[in-house]
Amino acid sequence: MKQWIAFWSILGKDMSSYYLKPPNISWGLTFPVAWTAMFFIKSGEGLESIQGLLPGVVSLSVLFGTTSMLAVTVTFERKGRSFERLLLAPISLKLLMLAKTSGAILFGVTNGFIPVIMALFLTDLSGIRWSLVLPAIIFIAAGSTFLGLFIAVSVSEVFEAQTFSNFFRFPMIFLCGLFFPIEKLPVWLQPLSYALPLTYGADVLRTGFQQQGTMPPQLDFLMLGLFSLGLFLLSQHNIGKKWIA
Amino acid sequence: MDDDLNTIVKVRSLTKNFGDVSAVAGIDFDIRRGELFGFLGPNGAGKTTTINMLTGLAHPDRGSIHIAGINCTNNSKAAQHLMGIVPDESNLYPELTGVENLCFCGALYGMAKRDRESRAQELLGLFGLAEAAGRKFVGYSKGMKRKLTIAAGIIHHPALLFLDEPTTGIDVASARQIRQLIADLNRSGTTIFLTTHYIEEAERLCGRIAFIVGGKIVRTDTVENLMHPTQKQQVMEFFVEGQASEVVGDLCVGFPELEIRRVEGGRLRVASNQAVHIGPLVRLFEEHGLEVTEVRKIRPTLEDIFVEITGIEAASIKREKEKTGAAL
Repeated sequence: MKQWIAFWSILGKDMSSYYLKPPNISWGLTFPVAWTAMFFIKSGEGLESIQGLLPGVVSLSVLFGTTSMLAVTVTFERKGRSFERLLLAPISLKLLMLAKTSGAILFGVTNGFIPVIMALFLTDLSGIRWSLVLPAIIFIAAGSTFLGLFIAVSVSEVFEAQTFSNFFRFPMIFLCGLFFPIEKLPVWLQPLSYALPLTYGADVLRTGFQQQGTMPPQLDFLMLGLFSLGLFLLSQHNIGKKWIA
Repeated sequence: MDDDLNTIVKVRSLTKNFGDVSAVAGIDFDIRRGELFGFLGPNGAGKTTTINMLTGLAHPDRGSIHIAGINCTNNSKAAQHLMGIVPDESNLYPELTGVENLCFCGALYGMAKRDRESRAQELLGLFGLAEAAGRKFVGYSKGMKRKLTIAAGIIHHPALLFLDEPTTGIDVASARQIRQLIADLNRSGTTIFLTTHYIEEAERLCGRIAFIVGGKIVRTDTVENLMHPTQKQQVMEFFVEGQASEVVGDLCVGFPELEIRRVEGGRLRVASNQAVHIGPLVRLFEEHGLEVTEVRKIRPTLEDIFVEITGIEAASIKREKEKTGAAL
């Protein structure tokens, strides 16, 4: 019970201190609007094409909303040594990491729904399989957040967190099948695509929005779950090794 | 058994290496309940590494740590609810106000909302920060930050409080107030583990002191016992115009009962278990063409004992860490 008081307090503090700050809210709105407009203008098609843009815009909104936010906030707290305060509190490392990542996951999920909500006003979304889209956004947010945690544990400066985030994010965008179908990538690059969590996130979103995914949704969710768990456990191991030397 | 019940911290053969460097080399010490225990040593002596191992920020390579009877050697989380930790730098959240910081720290220890709010108000009053309660931490002065950091360390009524350099880098008035608060906390029953490079501060506050040098504890004793051998000694300091070192050779030959404690520029300090007669010494200086401008009888301090035991000039420790300084 006492540990859960700590959990909710850490989550509440992070939400109010970082995620619900006006610059982040405006960024969370601007980013998907800009991406949607860009894709929409580029396609040159009518409003009905918006549904086809959603898997890409949702994936990118979640990915960008979570990875750098968590990596930067954790690195910032490490620099100011306030993160030590959390490590010294009588709360298990797992629960502490869950508390720190829950805020970013919520932020990512919110970011992911912004383009969907905007699309609701512009086009008919009645064909969407919400039973796939909802968990897909949560899974992508969790996977991206744990990637952010992994980055946070690997760097010591805030600028390194940004750089390292991009090192993962940009190749993922181009290799996950959002811009180019994986089967059209050079053969030697295709295995790399399947080693990226966003590939499975984008695929299940395509199934949910357009029935155009290439893999079974169960496999997509399994892979996203495995990536999330793996990154979480790896980060936990690295924290124990690097921060509690 | 009684001895164990009376002991809140029991450390045996505690060792920590960083590569080839031995940061802490098999130290042993006990801290009794209600005690204010000082941990003194120069930079790099192993103080912070020891604190990190005791509090759970570092894993020991060898040895054991028991806190309140709980074996924390490989499970530091087991006793963290009993500890309050005040690091050497104020590490609260800059974006939160004073009262929000305290409430957040209380929540980390599982305190219920009403309890942490009332305790936060109590501490803000006690530390003279009530008026700044609603201001963001980032706008606090250094002294205020330090006080709030200490308040955050005790919000959950810890049985054992770790204070790492609590008065470093703050103004004289705040340092004095913090020392008073530390003494009051200890009187109210909190066991305190204090590291400081202000030896006078340790002398005033601590009941027992451990001197750590090069990762090893070279002496642990009560301040009284540490000072005892010096009580019978008479220490005199001579101030001369010129270099006092010129007389050292003749002084050793002519006055074998005197022990030379310090020679620095125009200052020479001697100690003896017998009465020190000033006249013959003044004549010796004059024979070397040195005019004696002042002679002082020195009350031996813990600093002298520290220098004697460790061989380290206490002033150099101050210089190492001090940035802005806090006069005592």
